[in-house]
Amino acid sequence: MTPGSVLADEPLVRWDWVGDHLRYIWNLLVQHLELTFIAVGIGFAIAFVLALIALQWRPVYTPVNAVTGIMYAIPSLALFVLLVPITGLTTLTAEIALVSYTLQILFRSIVAGVDGVPDSVRESAAGMGYTRRRQLWTIELPLAVPVIMSGLRVATVTTVGLVPIAGYLGSDQGGLGQLIFTGLNRFFNTPLLVGAVLTVALAVVLDLTIVSVQRALTPWARRRGAES
Amino acid sequence: MNFLHEVFVWFNDPLNWQGTNGIAHRLLEHLALALAALVIACVIAVPAGLLLGRSRRKGSVAVNVANVGRAIPSFAILALGVIWIGIGYRPALIALVLLALPPIFVFTFTAVRQVDPATVEAARGMGMTEASVLRKVQLPIALPLMLDGIRLSAAAVIATTTLAALVGWGGLGRYIVDGFAVRDFVQVFGGVVLVAGMVLVSEAIFTLLLRFAVSPGIRRQRAPRRRQRRRDRPTAEVVERVVGA
Repeated sequence: MTPGSVLADEPLVRWDWVGDHLRYIWNLLVQHLELTFIAVGIGFAIAFVLALIALQWRPVYTPVNAVTGIMYAIPSLALFVLLVPITGLTTLTAEIALVSYTLQILFRSIVAGVDGVPDSVRESAAGMGYTRRRQLWTIELPLAVPVIMSGLRVATVTTVGLVPIAGYLGSDQGGLGQLIFTGLNRFFNTPLLVGAVLTVALAVVLDLTIVSVQRALTPWARRRGAES
Repeated sequence: MNFLHEVFVWFNDPLNWQGTNGIAHRLLEHLALALAALVIACVIAVPAGLLLGRSRRKGSVAVNVANVGRAIPSFAILALGVIWIGIGYRPALIALVLLALPPIFVFTFTAVRQVDPATVEAARGMGMTEASVLRKVQLPIALPLMLDGIRLSAAAVIATTTLAALVGWGGLGRYIVDGFAVRDFVQVFGGVVLVAGMVLVSEAIFTLLLRFAVSPGIRRQRAPRRRQRRRDRPTAEVVERVVGA
């Protein structure tokens, strides 16, 4: 039994509903972006510190990678739900889950980016008398930007896709996911379609935006790319 | 400890293992849907990745499309699938296939492209047909990285199959959705343990496969280098760096 067959005379999109709810949809879109950026921001801060520690003390890498990997493997729906007894039906619940999904992607990309700096560059810097710390901040991290940015890209779009699932926690959660859950619960196609299409659009737009920022930040990479 | 004890009791109750809502049945449902999605994705993405990876020019557009494809949220696709074909396993299958496609394609593509052109030229020079160059040279060298792509997809698909329960289908997600509906967190946790366990088993299987997938010649070549380089296994970051954007 499809929603279409339940509501046979229902058009695919009721534009009057969309018109009546423009402000509501806009607010959800803003909430969606807020939840995404807060999660990626906090996730990046934590991952950055963890990565600096792991770059300094190598043995830290494996346990951090394993723990963040396990967090990443827990189904998103389940993590949202499991945090409810601890933090309740709040934004905090959603954010904890969202942050924990960004950690592994960001952590690994930062470490891999710095690891990927050629040894010759490192040796030149050491030869020029750079201290270990100055070398990291002025040479290795800037050179790692492309890899770090691709990690940020994956983390951001993943989060955009996970935010709607937080809508399962209640009617004030999950940004555009609220529209999807409203649609699923009421067999009402219009919000379902609007929520899903806007989520996809948001993910793709953010993805392309980050790619262009990445290009702008790393002109040397583009030049190399053009040669090959 | 009380909570964990209750979870233990839940797992130990024979009643929880039987019937349509039993663990055995839900495990099978979950496995069947995840496996179907993975197999369909492999059937599409592996040949496409191999063919485009071999041709020098045409590939980068496809990789960019696939990279953007990674951005597309599974849950939104699931919702669109419900509008299109109604609730049940079919919208979930579509969403899962779309989730699994990009990593498999990008990893396969990169794996083939990374094969040293000199090696391929040498194979051609020895008079190999294109088919045997692919089968005997490019494929064995590319296999480890290809498997790593499938491994990543498998983990994502197994975890995401839980969403099928949101659109009226079964699988292990049922424990999460039904448990949450009545605030039975023991049942929810049981479901999570089962899903996470399935992901771990899949990771173990792929780790084992990877060990056998590296052809003996390459393994011998790489062995001395392993001590110098920290990373000897192909990882997502390698692909990120190669594919870039």
